[in-house]
Amino acid sequence: MPTEPTDDIEARLRLDHARAIHWDRTRRMSLLLLAVWLATGFGTVFFARELARFEVFGWPLSFYMAAQGASLVSVTIIAIYAWRMRRLDRDYHAALAPRP
Amino acid sequence: MSTNPVTGVRHGYFKKLSRYYLWYTGAFALFLVAVALLEQEGMPRLWIGYLFMFATIALYAVIGVICRTSNVTEYYVAGRRVPAMFNGMATAADWISAASFISLAGGLYLQGFDGLAFIMGWTGGFVLVALLIAPYLRKFAQYTVPDFLAARYGGGTGGRGGPVRALAVSATILVSFTYVVAQIYAVGLIASRFTGVDFSVGIFLGLASILVCSFLGGMRAITWTQVAQYIILLVAFLIPTMWLSVKHADNPIPQVAYGSLLPKLTAREAELANDPREAQVRAEFLRRADGYAARVAALPESWEAGKLDAQRQLAAARARNASLLEVRQAERALTTYPNSVDDARTLWLERRDANLARARPPEPHAQPFPGATQEASDERRNNFLAVVFCLMFGTAALPHILMRAYTTPSVHETRVSVFWTLFFILLIYLTIPALAVLAKYDIYTSLVGSDFSALPTWISYWANVDKANPLISVADINGDGIVQLAEFAIDADVLVLATPEIGGLPYVISGLVAAGGLAAALSTADGLLLAISNALSHDVYYKMVEPGASTQKRVTISKLLLLAVAFIAAYVASQKPADILSLVAAAFSLAGSTLFPVLVLGVFWKRANHIGAISGMVTGFAVCLYYMLRASPALGGNALDTWFGILPMAAGVFGVPAGLFTVVVVSLLTPRPSRASAGMVDYIRAPE
Repeated sequence: MPTEPTDDIEARLRLDHARAIHWDRTRRMSLLLLAVWLATGFGTVFFARELARFEVFGWPLSFYMAAQGASLVSVTIIAIYAWRMRRLDRDYHAALAPRP
Repeated sequence: MSTNPVTGVRHGYFKKLSRYYLWYTGAFALFLVAVALLEQEGMPRLWIGYLFMFATIALYAVIGVICRTSNVTEYYVAGRRVPAMFNGMATAADWISAASFISLAGGLYLQGFDGLAFIMGWTGGFVLVALLIAPYLRKFAQYTVPDFLAARYGGGTGGRGGPVRALAVSATILVSFTYVVAQIYAVGLIASRFTGVDFSVGIFLGLASILVCSFLGGMRAITWTQVAQYIILLVAFLIPTMWLSVKHADNPIPQVAYGSLLPKLTAREAELANDPREAQVRAEFLRRADGYAARVAALPESWEAGKLDAQRQLAAARARNASLLEVRQAERALTTYPNSVDDARTLWLERRDANLARARPPEPHAQPFPGATQEASDERRNNFLAVVFCLMFGTAALPHILMRAYTTPSVHETRVSVFWTLFFILLIYLTIPALAVLAKYDIYTSLVGSDFSALPTWISYWANVDKANPLISVADINGDGIVQLAEFAIDADVLVLATPEIGGLPYVISGLVAAGGLAAALSTADGLLLAISNALSHDVYYKMVEPGASTQKRVTISKLLLLAVAFIAAYVASQKPADILSLVAAAFSLAGSTLFPVLVLGVFWKRANHIGAISGMVTGFAVCLYYMLRASPALGGNALDTWFGILPMAAGVFGVPAGLFTVVVVSLLTPRPSRASAGMVDYIRAPE
């Protein structure tokens, strides 16, 4: 049966391609989210003395960021990650689904 | 019963669990009301303490008995069917240790802005867990962290990754053991303070509940107990804080309310800083510090003179037929006098520093990095950043937390579970800075300035709990009959336990807070003991010693090892080892330096091979340990021997990069990893 090997190769290529795209997107998104995390976590502490002049809801900004802000950003980052990864997983399965 | 195809959660199961825990929470509320009524009827305080202690310990034991199992998957990873939300709750209880529940708010009270490093570090690390590690561990779907590393890196005899596994197991045990000793120590402390039983008896009471639970049901029992424990510790932490919040800010949500209180606290701080009476007290402390400094400078003559003086005082007291009390005092002064010149030097230097510390004006709570000079301020900022760094990277490498990635039904559920974990942790962690500010405001406004003849009862109670190292001390230094801030000292460990009394709540809430502290310590101890015994039974016994062991035998061995480890840990804790307790903060640095580089590079860099992994783990660990030994006076180093002024506790700031760098360099210098390892990386990266 001469057609089967080509099918196999084609399926293999499609799988590799879908995986590569999925991994590429995952990596890019992780990197972006980590950059946000780094800026809010370490950035606000580094410039804490300068930021103490500003005020949010009664707190000095640097105190607020250290006590609540950075942690809230972290939990948001994790939520966005879980939500986006679910989308990426779905796209991956859609790309692999047998075409009509 | 329908199963969701993406999440793998059976719908009815989740509903059933939610119903159980709602019933449980309702029953717990009823229990609280009943005890409150009993208190009204005049039940003594000690009994309330007993009631909370034994009722909660019995509860955890019952859950353990109900969830008993001998099935391998159930025992090691709770059958991989814990829904994300409950897994998050259990991980949060696992995470919130005795230190965060009992001491963190007190630490923030004492350290102000600097203390926030712990809030940031212990929450921000979950971003690393969620993005870099947990989903990939779940995709791999084995049992322990060393499992993952061994499969990823291979090497050793037959390419089974023996050396990598052995190193990872050692790191797991070392880190978890120091941590578990501290938890068991806290159990003993809480039990002895609230029920009056002996410290060691308290330890073994707590141990009994840990054992019934983990011994019978492994991960499965621990998970469901931890959910129950989380609910107790959440209620216990929120009620007194909300009470204080209503009292001072007319707002029951402390996380929001304390923003309005912070400017008032800052104003009060400024007022106290310029108060002449405060200055008087501080001057007295400075005088005492100078006195000790002078005695140290005059050693060894001052030691001889002091000894003679103490002997003469005693003889004089006896000669003039002084009162028994005076004679006893003179006797004590002589018996506690330092035995040698060296002892005298250590003791007097310690006293000099203690007095100097109290002679300093209080730092404003909300001001970041106050310092005399720009350099001093910069150094504090750098240390803040370093501590945050170590706690974050340590979090992402703690085996008892990572182990939890295996217990959910799917990769997606693991991602969601990390979200719930941080969510439930934040319910407590966002309250901790609020409690610190609320308690500080209360003490600064109602205690400071009050009359010595009308001190509240909680002060005398907590001042007398531990006579050797008073948890609270207050004395009229300048003799004006009024409490000055500088005359009041409080230990970080007592703030949360005393909060209900500071706020004027009934004793039932104090009992609840003690039960909460106990739940925090027990839940963490449970998770850690299981991490240790799994490492020993699964990784050492099954994977390295006897690969042919039957599943029944594996679970039995695991249970026996758990028993042994628990008793060793309890024995060590009952010796009150100061060194180990000071090492706990170091556990994060060690975990981060040793395990984080190999975990992350294992997923994200295919070229990393087993020689790189082995040298990376060894180097990260060695650099971290070397720096601690070098710069920590508690471990025999010199506090001045630092690199860039970084505290020894934050040694991970050197260890993590050293580990990462070594893995990369050594991997590049040695041959590529096998095709099996590349295939495995492809597999864990691919979606389900």
